[in-house]
Amino acid sequence: MIKVQNLTKAFGTKLAVNGVSFSVERGEVLGFLGPNGAGKSTSMRMITGFIPPTSGSVTVGGHDIVENPIPAKRLMGYLPENAPSYQDMTVQGFLAFTAELRGLEGDARKRAVNRVVEMCFLEGVLHQSIETLSKGYRHRTCFAQSIIHDPDVLILDEPTDGLDPNQKYEIRTLIRRMGEKKAIIFSTHILEEVESVCSRAIIIDRGQVVANGTPAELKLRSDLAGAITLKVVGVSAQEIKDKAAPIHGVRKTLVIKDDPAGSTVRIYPNSKAESPALAQALGQLAQREKWAVQELHMEEGRLDEVFRTITLPETGQEGRK
Amino acid sequence: MNSVSVIKTITKRELSGYFASPVAYVFIVIFLLLAGFFTFMAGGFFERNEASLMSFFLWHPWLYLFLVPAVGMRLWSEERRLGTMELLLTMPITPWQAIVGKFLASWLFLALALALTFPVWLTVSYLGSPDHGVVFTSYLGSLLLAGAYLAISCMTSAMTRNQVVSFILSVVVALFLILAGWPPVTKLLDQISENPRLVETVAAFSVMTHFEGFQKGSLDLRDIVFFAAIIGFSLFTTSIIIRSHRAG
Ligand SMILES: Nc1ncnc2c1ncn2[C@@H]1O[C@H](COP(=O)(O)OP(=O)(O)OP(=O)(O)O)[C@@H](O)[C@H]1O
Ligand SMILES: [Mg+2]
Repeated sequence: MIKVQNLTKAFGTKLAVNGVSFSVERGEVLGFLGPNGAGKSTSMRMITGFIPPTSGSVTVGGHDIVENPIPAKRLMGYLPENAPSYQDMTVQGFLAFTAELRGLEGDARKRAVNRVVEMCFLEGVLHQSIETLSKGYRHRTCFAQSIIHDPDVLILDEPTDGLDPNQKYEIRTLIRRMGEKKAIIFSTHILEEVESVCSRAIIIDRGQVVANGTPAELKLRSDLAGAITLKVVGVSAQEIKDKAAPIHGVRKTLVIKDDPAGSTVRIYPNSKAESPALAQALGQLAQREKWAVQELHMEEGRLDEVFRTITLPETGQEGRK
Repeated sequence: MNSVSVIKTITKRELSGYFASPVAYVFIVIFLLLAGFFTFMAGGFFERNEASLMSFFLWHPWLYLFLVPAVGMRLWSEERRLGTMELLLTMPITPWQAIVGKFLASWLFLALALALTFPVWLTVSYLGSPDHGVVFTSYLGSLLLAGAYLAISCMTSAMTRNQVVSFILSVVVALFLILAGWPPVTKLLDQISENPRLVETVAAFSVMTHFEGFQKGSLDLRDIVFFAAIIGFSLFTTSIIIRSHRAG
């Protein structure tokens, strides 16, 4: 549905987006991650046709956004960063206006407005003017606008920004559900959101894509991924550590907690592939030593760690100029 | 969705925006008060002792000089400041439709304010028998004049997200268009320059010169084209400014 090729945007001499390529198909929810100023919003503005790319191309549903903007825009719903809306309008008036611009008339328009009002929980503020709404409600109003024509493609720039935990949950559920039938791109700084909503994630840093994969794949890139965490009652952490260290394939051991009620030690394998074998070996060790094992599990890795290693200047290796 | 209905949708929203706040009513009241003041006090309506609206229309270029930019200053600067421009221009519409729709809305608003001066016409008709043809062409000229100033404000409001800056810029441009053909200035130019063509050329760019015909009851195509050209040029420039702003 969305094809982005070599997308580049220069502001003056500064490259805000630099050769970004990816595609999103129907049924996919693509998470857009990256530090502040990485170029997420700029990419989205080019995809939605608000700003023209310096070079590269974007097609939506086969229509080039520069050559053929109207049909491409028709397929898209867009929630810009900071959720702008006309302050002097009521929620109802604003939604009716956007529905009208989307070509919805009469009954269809009424139905569309009612549908999104229900989906975004706006019944209570329907006749309130937007400038008097709280931030979260303003955000939801603009979100409602983006789905009013039930588009095939959704571009959401930080859709859960400013929402309370319940609303965050509702909107995530909504995005996940809509993602079954649509192509969705959304940016966020909340990494749990990526794991719970996205089928795929892209990390961009300084305008370039530095990682692209499913959340599980990305997590595998973390140092933690494949490490075995072992928790034993009644044994000191040092003892666990000493006994585990000589096992074949152990790279390092780390004491997480030293406590007679349950000492926790994390054992890192030389490579992620050796991780299952290491888990087995640790199990056998525990049996031999007759340890009261409370916990023995393989770590999946953590997105925040991956994010940090990839995008921090000191430790990142990719995408550097 | 065709162009006409897109423009209509945008015009409707913009126009309802005016009336959603008290600003519209305040503006209309000020406009009517000032129009009345200029006509009856400064214009010497009674001293003229003739049944015409000359003293009423005479002041319109000056009246509009400040009032029209006040209406037009927020057109695009507000869209930029609030970020709604991003919303509007990612809708399936062309920038052109948005520009025309927003311009028409404020022009209609000015037309309404102008139409509300009809009691002046009634008064004159009651006191004597004015030439209604002249009154009609004067109103038409005044409307075109307002449209030209408005298009200029539209252009300056696209240049900045600051309404005050946009206001000042458009007053300056409009003032230039007045002064180029204002009798004191043309006389001065006449004295300085030997070449009468220069004065004529400069005056040809003035709204005063082109508004004069309408006040005398003549509908000169050149005058209509002049105002239409200012509107067309300014709106076209607006679209270029918006495009270059988006290009970054
Ligand atoms: N109109 C503009 N003119 C000049 N520079 C710009 C413009 N818009 C964005 N930039 C620059 O481009 C870079 C990318 O900005 P962008 O808004 O895309 O970041 P982002 O990834 O969305 O960040 P955040 O997480 O803070 O929202 C930034 O360095 C920003 O300063
Ligand atoms: Mg951003």
